[in-house]
Amino acid sequence: MSENILLKMNHIRKEFPGVLALKDVSFELKAGEVHALLGENGAGKSTLIKILGGIYSSDAGEIVINGQVATIDKVQDAQTHGISVIHQELVLVPHMTVAENIYLGREPTKRGSRFVDFKKMNRDAKEILDPFNLDFKPTDLVSNLTIAQQQMVEIIKALSFNARILVMDEPTSSLSEKDVDFLFDNIRKLKKANVGIIYISHRMSELMQIADRITVIRDGEYIGTRSSNETNNDELIAMMVGRQLTNYYTRTFGNPQEKVLEVKNLNAGSFLKDISFHLNSGEILGFAGLVGAGRSELMKCIFGIDPITSGEIYVENEMVTIKNPLEATKLGIALVPESRKSEALFPEQSVQYNITIKSLDEFIKGIRVNHSKEGAITREYVEKMDVRTPSFNQLVGKLSGGNQQKVVVGRWLATKPKILIFDEPTRGVDVGAKAEIYSIMNDLVKEGVAIIMISSELPEVINMSDRVVVMSNGRITGCLPREDLTQEKIMHYATQFVFT
Amino acid sequence: MNVAKSKTEKSKVVTFLTHNPLFNFGKENLGILIGLLLLSLILTIFSPVFLSKHNILNVLRQVATNLYIACAMTMVIILGGIDLSVGSTIAMSGVVTGGLIAFDGQSIVVAVLAGLFVGLVVGAFNGFLISRTTIPPFIVTLSTMNIMRGASYVYTGGQPIRVMSDSFNFIGAGYVRGIPVPIIYLVIIVIISVLIMSKSKLGRHIYAVGGNPVAARFSGIKNNRVLFFAYLFSGLMAAVAGIVLASRMFSGQPTAGQGAEMDAIAAVVLGGTSMSGGVGKIGGTVIGALIIGILSNGLNLLGISSFWQYIVKGIVILIAVYVDFLKKRKEGTN
Repeated sequence: MSENILLKMNHIRKEFPGVLALKDVSFELKAGEVHALLGENGAGKSTLIKILGGIYSSDAGEIVINGQVATIDKVQDAQTHGISVIHQELVLVPHMTVAENIYLGREPTKRGSRFVDFKKMNRDAKEILDPFNLDFKPTDLVSNLTIAQQQMVEIIKALSFNARILVMDEPTSSLSEKDVDFLFDNIRKLKKANVGIIYISHRMSELMQIADRITVIRDGEYIGTRSSNETNNDELIAMMVGRQLTNYYTRTFGNPQEKVLEVKNLNAGSFLKDISFHLNSGEILGFAGLVGAGRSELMKCIFGIDPITSGEIYVENEMVTIKNPLEATKLGIALVPESRKSEALFPEQSVQYNITIKSLDEFIKGIRVNHSKEGAITREYVEKMDVRTPSFNQLVGKLSGGNQQKVVVGRWLATKPKILIFDEPTRGVDVGAKAEIYSIMNDLVKEGVAIIMISSELPEVINMSDRVVVMSNGRITGCLPREDLTQEKIMHYATQFVFT
Repeated sequence: MNVAKSKTEKSKVVTFLTHNPLFNFGKENLGILIGLLLLSLILTIFSPVFLSKHNILNVLRQVATNLYIACAMTMVIILGGIDLSVGSTIAMSGVVTGGLIAFDGQSIVVAVLAGLFVGLVVGAFNGFLISRTTIPPFIVTLSTMNIMRGASYVYTGGQPIRVMSDSFNFIGAGYVRGIPVPIIYLVIIVIISVLIMSKSKLGRHIYAVGGNPVAARFSGIKNNRVLFFAYLFSGLMAAVAGIVLASRMFSGQPTAGQGAEMDAIAAVVLGGTSMSGGVGKIGGTVIGALIIGILSNGLNLLGISSFWQYIVKGIVILIAVYVDFLKKRKEGTN
């Protein structure tokens, strides 16, 4: 048998009270293969992974590992079968060394004592680290490593448990492009070592690069498996959403009108230098650049969260000083922040609370609450954004990522902004919700709203923007009109100061 | 047609119920409400005097001072903080009020205002440090707790300050139409707190800052003002409790209010407020304080020594919080 099949999940079914999360899903993984699992949020990917990891048990179906039927009822069972899940949020102890993290809870001890044998621990760690040619040592503190390096520690920790099946859940979501390359190099090394990898990601371009096969599931059903060199984005998207998305990017380009925002010679902190640009009503101004180029920092300055050291900001041709987000809101500026979880959501509160928290003035006077007005505002933006929620009282933390993002956007639309800054508007959002967010952005610019869109996804920037400002290392390095937008040109400006 | 009609009527009943604050209050606090009723039922059976008017007023009077503090503590804890200084502030405001009357011959009004001012100063100090620096609330209020306790001893020389004034005694021990005055304050304070938390913008801002301070800042909420308010209110409520206690005991005592912060925290936690912030209700705290109050009253009535009462109180808190944990875990897995 040349094709060594590591894992087979056959006809898996899982029902939760009220929801059929998985009906008859099958999946197979070969040794030395990267097999991507693709599907919209809520399609059942994480349920399937949790069944494999022993967090849930399936209602029907079987799991076959190395040709033998395996029962995985608890997390330890998964470990003994050589399955290891690398989660999106890393779970390392920051103040311990690399070696200490790898052997956490099973430290080698000196003979006949209970004291940790640090020498042996570091030696053992070095042995498994060496083949990967990494630029850190077993004795380095984890808190001093980059996210990508920490990820490698997690992977190596999994290997030290003799893991043969690695599950990677959105491993690149917080990595810069350079770190993604680093990760992919290491994934290739793992393939050579005959490890099987289940890879979950929303980023199509990555899947084409790293995956051998791609399995799509939708609404808890198995849709199909394709070999990555025999398929393309369009086919995969169609499989995911169940229909041909002909107009994935909705954009009707019009004539941008008058200047609504102008920034002149802005400096802030020791990083942002001499920033000048302007924004017209009725246009989408893309902001491209590498992670860490200073785009989010710039927007935080404009929005009054961080102070500026010098420079001028004009809103509708009047010079303004914006000291805090409240003043920015009063000037008609809104910011949909980069990180939904940490900068925007109140997860323990309802959809209604989350949508109206910026518009309290409209229905609360002193201690009199106009509940029907409150409900009306909520309904307006739930409908406008097409938020799928069982009720307005639903806790926002329990919605899917796409719906959470729509709630956040709805909150800011309720302030009726003239200038809307989107920082990575579609990060961690599934394809269907992405298309909806694009179409809403298009509607807004048609109404004359001016939009700034920071995005690290080049296709998104190129297809949605009227003009694109490129930043690198805290400076603006280029401004491209729509006719000139190509990936190569943007990358050229984005890397201007990186390698000097 | 009839079916359709009865359906709309049914949904009308449902919307009436779900929009009814009392219904929601019952639903949210079902667990501890049942606990409270069970406790009362048992005490009614075992003690003939438990349900007497005299005893009920007695319980409420004892619960009152704890609840003044616990209402403000609910806001502080929803904000992700804690206020350990309230017990010492009780002592300090009590001895200052007593001292101004007994030593300086000041009028009762001036003395009481001065006592309240002590609470505001402590609250403002806590609030300023907590909202403007990154020193954790636990540390800030631990310090003010010690400072205020020490200051009360220094001011009094360690001796109680006796105030033999019937009109001063009225403030904490008087009756209006048969209702003890502290209970009247209690009703006013609970109403104000509920209005703040459920009706005002400030209340929503408190939940926002407690739930996710960064998101609150991005939403244009002035986090430091919200924090400042909560600690200021907490200081003021401690002062009210301090003056009421001093009045009832005819003296300002430097030892007053020892452990009061813990009783308040216990009431808040029993009431279902999360120590990690963002979630909680005044209504829950009221029930929590009632459970603690009725529990010690009942144990007294049954003649159980106060030594054992501490043990029982501790166990009850653990059980209540554990049941809440089980409930949340069940919701989490669904």
